[in-house]
Amino acid sequence: MSEKVLMKGNEAIAEAAIRAGCMHYFGYPITPQTEVAAYMSKRMPKIGGTFLQAESEIAAINMVIGVSSTGKRVMTSSSSPGVSLKSEGISYLAGCDLPALVVNVQRGGPGLGGIQPSQSDYYQSTKGGGHGDYHNIVLAPASVQEMASLTVKGFDLADKYRMVAMILADGTMGQMMEPVSLDVEKTEPVEKPWALTGTKCEREHNIVNSLFLKPEELEIENFKRYEKYKYIEENETMYEEYLMDDAEVCVVAFGITARVAKNAVNEARAKGVKVGMIRPITLWPFPKKPLMAAAEKVNSFICVEMNMGQMIDDVRLAIECKKPVELCNRVGGMIPTPEEVLAKIESAAKNGGAQ
Amino acid sequence: MANSCNLLFAGFGGQGILFAGKFLAYKGLIENKQVSWLPSYGPEMRGGTANCSVIISDDPIGSPIVSKPDVLVAMNLPSLEKYENDVVAGGKIFVDSTLINKKVERTDVDVYYIPATKIANDNGTPTLANMIITGKVLKEVEFFSMDNTDAALKKVVSARHLDLLDVNFGAVKAGYDFE
Repeated sequence: MSEKVLMKGNEAIAEAAIRAGCMHYFGYPITPQTEVAAYMSKRMPKIGGTFLQAESEIAAINMVIGVSSTGKRVMTSSSSPGVSLKSEGISYLAGCDLPALVVNVQRGGPGLGGIQPSQSDYYQSTKGGGHGDYHNIVLAPASVQEMASLTVKGFDLADKYRMVAMILADGTMGQMMEPVSLDVEKTEPVEKPWALTGTKCEREHNIVNSLFLKPEELEIENFKRYEKYKYIEENETMYEEYLMDDAEVCVVAFGITARVAKNAVNEARAKGVKVGMIRPITLWPFPKKPLMAAAEKVNSFICVEMNMGQMIDDVRLAIECKKPVELCNRVGGMIPTPEEVLAKIESAAKNGGAQ
Repeated sequence: MANSCNLLFAGFGGQGILFAGKFLAYKGLIENKQVSWLPSYGPEMRGGTANCSVIISDDPIGSPIVSKPDVLVAMNLPSLEKYENDVVAGGKIFVDSTLINKKVERTDVDVYYIPATKIANDNGTPTLANMIITGKVLKEVEFFSMDNTDAALKKVVSARHLDLLDVNFGAVKAGYDFE
């Protein structure tokens, strides 16, 4: 393993992307993700890559569409309001079955909102954001190390399935520094016979397109895409289980709130409360199976989120409402404290399964 | 001995609050400890209050947010007033007494008054009050020592300013030796 270095989460994403073979970055500055763009602006010219500060987020995502069409690894990054602007382009990427990495270092919303951390783009990321029936693979890092490793994983998954992979982080994950090893494992490059690389008069034209005016054809495109999604749900779900063996209360949290919740789980354990945690690493596909398995054992669930209760819907669906699910949340850039989560855990443990 | 230390550095933007925190984080990394460093970000960096949470631990770190510091380093009055009551009982508060006239009201914590800004000015290094007060932290907090100060400084002092390594070390030492 290489020497560990201290890096901000945003910088770790940028460096990991370069090491994953991404030579093209298009973006526009916005707090709290600007370090991604700043890092790229320094590094890309030195390695013969492209750093381009576009005139807007909309321009940047359309540049991503262009480069992705040629089969090259490409990314863009932004924070919540900027990702809203990119949503049209993300829908086009989905409609064209193009791979790309999109990073969202979330801040409070809606509108311009604030610049402090948030997780209120959960719905936007996992349920679409743009128009039409589609999904992104959504990865939720909870450490600077995962900011790096999930970036590499994101590129691999995007290429493998020809779709958008999104890193859904937040201001805390972007700004914090932790030791990170950048020895990223590269997988085999994926063949892209569909890419627009010039026919050299030796093959048929490739066409990248999201327009299908015949409804019969468009329906088939949608069906094919959902076959793929089904396969991904069965094969690419990632999650972490923590102290779940004898748990009677199950905390569900991702990203920074999983870090906060882990403190609370440890404190509750020290007091003899049987509590564990399931941390979704992929938010889409959502880890339904381990949650359903937990529903057979625990009395209740607690969702810890920095939004008004978004992932909690997916938890209830995953467990088919077999057990009560409580919400522990702060919004607007506020972060729940371990004490707040602990209080919720203790009251849930006291109530048993009663709502 | 405790197996972790949660620190909160707080002061004005420009006092080197984030730099001092980064120094301790790198020192921890060199000593094979788990570390996290989380800055305040946004408008407060540009002249307002700045703070950073630093955790150094023998065990994996959960939340990187320090809401109940074991150690508070306060380099201006608003920071002391804001965070004094958050410090855990038995914790330590380090006060730059050049800039803060007020005394700490808590009686269940150890308080160290260091005229860090005055010492820095007297030494001809007015920008290094942050490292002087950090030197005192290394002395008084059992979890820390002067070990690896050189190596950690080499990681945080930028390549363009390697000539400042010695004065930074001198500042840490001055704080460490301050009685």
